[in-house]
Amino acid sequence: MKKTLLSILTVAATLLAPVSAIAQTEITFWHAFTGRLGELVKAQVADFNASQDDYVVVESHKGNYSETLNAGIAAFRAGEQPVILMVYEVGTATMMATGGAIKPVYEVMAESGAVFDPDAYIGAVKGYYTTTDGDMLSLPFNSSTPVLWVNRDAMKAAGVNPDTDMSTWEQVDDVLTQLKAGGAECPLVTAWQSWIHLENFSAYHNVPFATKDNGFAGLDTELKLNGKAQVAHLSKMAEWAKDGKFIYTGRRNEGGANFRAGECALFTESSAGYAGISSEAKFDFEVRHLPYWKSITRSPQNTIIGGASLWVMANHSRDEYKGAGAFLSFLSRSDVQAEWHQNTGYLPITIAAGDATRASGFYDKNPGTDVAVIQMTAKQPTANSKGLRLGSFDQIRGIIDEELEAIWSGNKTAQQAMDSAKRRGDALLRRFESANR
Amino acid sequence: MEKRVTFRGWLLPILLIAPQIVISLIFFFYPAAQAVWQSLFIPDPFGLSARFVGLGNFEFLLSDPFYRASFFTTALFSILVTAFAMVPALFLAVLADRLIKGSSVYRTMLIWPYAVAPAIAGVLWLFMFNTRVGLASWYLGQFGYDWNHVLNGGEAMGLVVLASAWGRISYNFLFFFAALQAVPRSVIEAAAIDGAHFWRRFFTIVLPLISPTTFFLLVVNVVYAFFETFGIIHTITAGGPQQSTTILVYKVFADGFVGQDLGSSSAQSVILLFVVGLLTVIQFKYIEKRVHY
Repeated sequence: MKKTLLSILTVAATLLAPVSAIAQTEITFWHAFTGRLGELVKAQVADFNASQDDYVVVESHKGNYSETLNAGIAAFRAGEQPVILMVYEVGTATMMATGGAIKPVYEVMAESGAVFDPDAYIGAVKGYYTTTDGDMLSLPFNSSTPVLWVNRDAMKAAGVNPDTDMSTWEQVDDVLTQLKAGGAECPLVTAWQSWIHLENFSAYHNVPFATKDNGFAGLDTELKLNGKAQVAHLSKMAEWAKDGKFIYTGRRNEGGANFRAGECALFTESSAGYAGISSEAKFDFEVRHLPYWKSITRSPQNTIIGGASLWVMANHSRDEYKGAGAFLSFLSRSDVQAEWHQNTGYLPITIAAGDATRASGFYDKNPGTDVAVIQMTAKQPTANSKGLRLGSFDQIRGIIDEELEAIWSGNKTAQQAMDSAKRRGDALLRRFESANR
Repeated sequence: MEKRVTFRGWLLPILLIAPQIVISLIFFFYPAAQAVWQSLFIPDPFGLSARFVGLGNFEFLLSDPFYRASFFTTALFSILVTAFAMVPALFLAVLADRLIKGSSVYRTMLIWPYAVAPAIAGVLWLFMFNTRVGLASWYLGQFGYDWNHVLNGGEAMGLVVLASAWGRISYNFLFFFAALQAVPRSVIEAAAIDGAHFWRRFFTIVLPLISPTTFFLLVVNVVYAFFETFGIIHTITAGGPQQSTTILVYKVFADGFVGQDLGSSSAQSVILLFVVGLLTVIQFKYIEKRVHY
């Protein structure tokens, strides 16, 4: 309430006193958040504006992730681009490949003289947005990673001990069989199938999703998602689907409705699902680490992130870049980050923010909220688990979704489907390569 | 003796049609020309560089069996949407036309769905047929039918057709109703006196007399099915499962506005332009001959 009031006052002040504001530089910031997240962004911006007198950040909501990216691109073509643009992780390669449209964050920070220590950021979070040389290109803003959500009441109802160890998929396989035998109608459901069961699966088992370090090392990358590990996992899931142990609900997070309604026992979904699940679920739930196949790896790597980062656009004035630098370093401050992390369920981007949250006792009061943080930070990321940087990735995900649906419906085997996904995806990667040569 | 009103001189007539010409040039011809031009390039999304590829984009598309398959999907979708939007509309219009009392109430209620935006209509239908919590799928389940449009392509197609045609029925109803009202009563009464029963009168007198409206609606509905349905498809199936509801215009939208592949998207628009142009020519050349004005 206080924050809303503050933001109203700030807005009113900017509107009413444009003359008296002495040489305040305006920093435009376009983002994709509405509802509660939108309010939290507004509050962050208001806090920043109140904290200093040199710059005014003006935030505006431009639609969902892809609409925001489109708005940014269209604005750039018209020479009206914002200083800061929020881009979802799928658009990372698009932003990176276009050298002339952006100004890398590490450059902005260096020129603005703001406090900037790249090592303060969590490796697996910033890795997605850094070059192979370690230069940070955009500032991670909201990041999450997939975890396993457990409906303990549904487990009990099917006569399965809810404390059963489900660290590995082998164990989950047994649990699914027991759940099915116990009469569970929806033992396992998932959201974002490509992100969780292929992209994160590959990183977690330290196998490549694509050549050239998952695209980080060059545009001439090729998909490797038809590897042995991936095909083995998908074959098993196909078996589960056939036996009614895995229920397919759609390409996005449709399964969330089923899980929150208490129909499903297990749910692989982003850690950012916390807000929705904790407010809606009328059952005893729990967050576990994403399972791994013991037959593939003895101990899992880290998972990768999803979400968005903030890009600074090219062709702005020195002052605007200085202001952008000041705003980005404000966002990285550990108190700001800790608050964001606790309010949204998104991962903290700095190590200090995670530590501050732990010290405040938040994780003890909200058990499970640190699972994602531990899963991300337990190991140093490898070339396979740093993230993905593939052009036309949105269309490639579409292709993967189509091929996965062919597996779930029994039209194709996992191997056939992934071979086809590789062939079709590679064709798009070659197009992207020739567009950005 | 035909009476012709003519203008003296050129200036006034040109001035009078100029606004329409200018609007067409700016909003139709210019973008169309842009699309044709852009279809020859692979540009980067920010417009910083573009590589000329000649017909490379077309080659890339037409060599893709999934793209070719979407022609068939589009044809099936358009035929179904047009049929489901027109036949019930005509039926309802005939019934409303026969009403003596309260026809304005029915009319108003039948027109309502037209006010619902396509994306909202999509969400409504999606909710009713949600595989787990949907009302319609629950009733189907009671009859022992396991509805699952997220994996069953045929059901997905049925659902997007239904959602696309539903709002359109109102629009078509309005035109059919107006056309029916314009059919001279005396002709129908004469036929009735000759002993023709209702359906015979309908097929031999009414239907031919409203054929201009039917033809107009046919053209308009095909264009609707081709171009204006991507919002519904986007919200309900996003083209899936597999590619069973990926129609041509949805791919234009998805590749261009979500995937940022403007070269391919432009090439697809050009292909679509040709397809629709061809269809319109066929419609005017062959079907219009059977229309009596």
